[in-house]
Amino acid sequence: MKPSLQTTAVLQPVPLTPSKPRKKARVNLTEKKTDRIGLALRTLCSLAAFCCAAILVGLILYIVINGLPWLTADLFSWTYTTQNVSMMPAIINTVLMIIATLAIALPVGIGAAIYLEEYAKPGSKFVELVSITAQTLAGIPSIVFGLFGMLFFGYALHMGLSMLSGILTLAILVLPLILRTSQEALHAVPTSMREASFALGAGWVQTIFKVVLPQAATGIFSGVLLASGRILGESAALIYTSGTLAKAAFNLFDPGATLSVHLYKLLNEGLYTHQANATAVVLLAFCIAMNLAQKMLERKMTKGL
Amino acid sequence: MVSSRKETWLQILFAGCAALCILSVALICWFLFANGLPAIVKIGPLNFLGSAHWAPSQGHYGILAMIVGSICLGLGSALFGVPLGVLTAVYLAYYCPKKLYEPLKSAIDLLAGIPSVVFGFFGLVVLVGWMQKVFVGSSGKGILCASLLLAIMILPTIVSVSENALQKIDPSFYEASRALGAGHDHTVFFVCLPAAARGIGTAAILGISRAIGETMAVIMVAGNAAILPASILSPVRTLTTGIVLEMSYASGLHRQALIAMGAILFVLILIMNIGFFKARHRNG
Repeated sequence: MKPSLQTTAVLQPVPLTPSKPRKKARVNLTEKKTDRIGLALRTLCSLAAFCCAAILVGLILYIVINGLPWLTADLFSWTYTTQNVSMMPAIINTVLMIIATLAIALPVGIGAAIYLEEYAKPGSKFVELVSITAQTLAGIPSIVFGLFGMLFFGYALHMGLSMLSGILTLAILVLPLILRTSQEALHAVPTSMREASFALGAGWVQTIFKVVLPQAATGIFSGVLLASGRILGESAALIYTSGTLAKAAFNLFDPGATLSVHLYKLLNEGLYTHQANATAVVLLAFCIAMNLAQKMLERKMTKGL
Repeated sequence: MVSSRKETWLQILFAGCAALCILSVALICWFLFANGLPAIVKIGPLNFLGSAHWAPSQGHYGILAMIVGSICLGLGSALFGVPLGVLTAVYLAYYCPKKLYEPLKSAIDLLAGIPSVVFGFFGLVVLVGWMQKVFVGSSGKGILCASLLLAIMILPTIVSVSENALQKIDPSFYEASRALGAGHDHTVFFVCLPAAARGIGTAAILGISRAIGETMAVIMVAGNAAILPASILSPVRTLTTGIVLEMSYASGLHRQALIAMGAILFVLILIMNIGFFKARHRNG
C-alpha cells in the first residue's frame, strides 16, 4: 500500500497558473538587468491602462460638466424652432427608429441564427457563405450603408428621404450583430436539452420555440441592447437616408433626424454650441444606460450558468 | 404536434433569413458598382484615381488626395492607438489585479459604445483647442488631431483583439520560459508578446480599417481640404468625409463620382477585411 501512496504524492499536478519562484535563480547578473527592463515595461503597461481609463473618464466628465448647465426644460419641449432647438423630436425619432429597426432585424437575425445553429450541417457551403457575408457586413463602414440605403431604398424603391429608408438601412447594418449574438446564445444551450425534448416526442419546431429559444432569451436580449446602442449612435448611415429634419416622424414615410444626427447638425451649423453640449449629455446618458444594462444582463447570464 | 409540412416550411423560412445576409452583400455590391463604375469610366480610371485635382464645378474629379488622406489617418491612428492598445491588453492579460479587471474592461467596452458624433464633438472642442495651443498659428484641425481622435476610437478594438490573442497562446510557452529562469516581466514581453504577434497584427489591421471607415468624428477635426497633405498639421479630406460633405448638393457626374468614391472605399475596406479573415484563419 505504502509505495502506491507515495507515487500518487509524486504525481500531484503542477499548478498551471504562474507563481513567483521561491528561490532566486542563480544567474543573478542577468536577472537584475532584465528586471530593470521588465520594470520599465511593466510601468509602461500600467500607464497605458491608466491612460485608457483616464481618456474615458475625462471625456465623460468634460461633456457632462460643460453640458449639464445648459440642459434646460426648454430643450425638451415638443416642437423644434430656430429659437429653441428642442431635442424632443429627435428623441422620439430615435425611439421609433430603434423599435422599428429591431422589429425587422430581430426576427431575421434570430431566424438566420436558428438555421445556422439548429438546421444547417456545420461546414456546408451555404453556412460558410452566410458567415463570410455576415462578417463582411459587419466590417462595412456606416457611410457605405448610407450610400447604399440612399441608392436602393431611397431611389430604386422610391422611399425617398424617409424614416423607412433609414430603418431598413439600419436593419441591414445591425443584422450581423444580432445574428452573431443570437448564434452564440443558441450555441450555449446544452445539446442534452434538445435531446430530452426530442425524446419526449417533440419535433424540431416545438423544440426550438419551447425549449431552445427560452433558454437563449437572455443572450439574445443582450444582443438587442448592443444593437440598440449601435442604432442610437449611428449618424453617417442616416444623414442621406432618413434626413436631418428635426420633426417627430410618426408617419414613417416622413423624414426625421435621430438624436445623433440632430447633434451632428447642431455642431455643423455652429450656432448652438451650448445646446449641442446639452444634447451630447443626453445622448451620452442614453448610451451609458444601454451599456450598463447590457453589462448587468451579461453578468446575470454568467452567474446563471 | 406540428405537421411535418409546416416544419419544412419553417426550415425554408429560417434558411431564407440566413440567405438575406448574402442578398444584402450582393445588393450593396451591385448598387455601389452599378452607380459608381460608369462615373469612373467616364472620368477615366487614371484621372479619377491618379489625380489629386478635385474641383467638381470645373469638371476635375481626381480623388488621389482623399485616398492619401484616408491612408494617412489610418496609419496615423495606428501609430498612436496600437502601442497604447497593445500595452493595455498586456496589462489586462498579465498584470491587472483581479479587482481592477472588471471595471477596466467595462470602461473599454463603454468607450466602444460611445457614438462617433460625441467623439467628434469632444475632438472639436478639446483636441482642436489643444492643437491650437501647442502649434501656435495652425488651425488645429488636421492629420495629427484626427489621428489622435481616431486612435482613441479604435482603442477598444485593438485592446480586445490583442487581449484575445494573448490569452490564446499556449501556457507552456510561459512555463518553459519561467523554468529557464526568466522573470515574469521578461517572459511576458519577450516570450508571450512575440508569440501573439500575429494576433496583434490582425488587431492593427482591424483598427486601421475602422479608422478608415470612420466618418462623423473625422469630419469635425480633419479640416476637410481636398488637397494632398504637406505636413502632419495640414488639413485632409478622406474618402468617407468627402462623400458626406458634398452628397447633399451633388448632381449628375459629381454625384456619380461620389458614389464611385464610396465604391473605392468599399473595395479598400474589403481588401483589409479579407487580410484580417485570412490572418485569423491561420491563427486557428
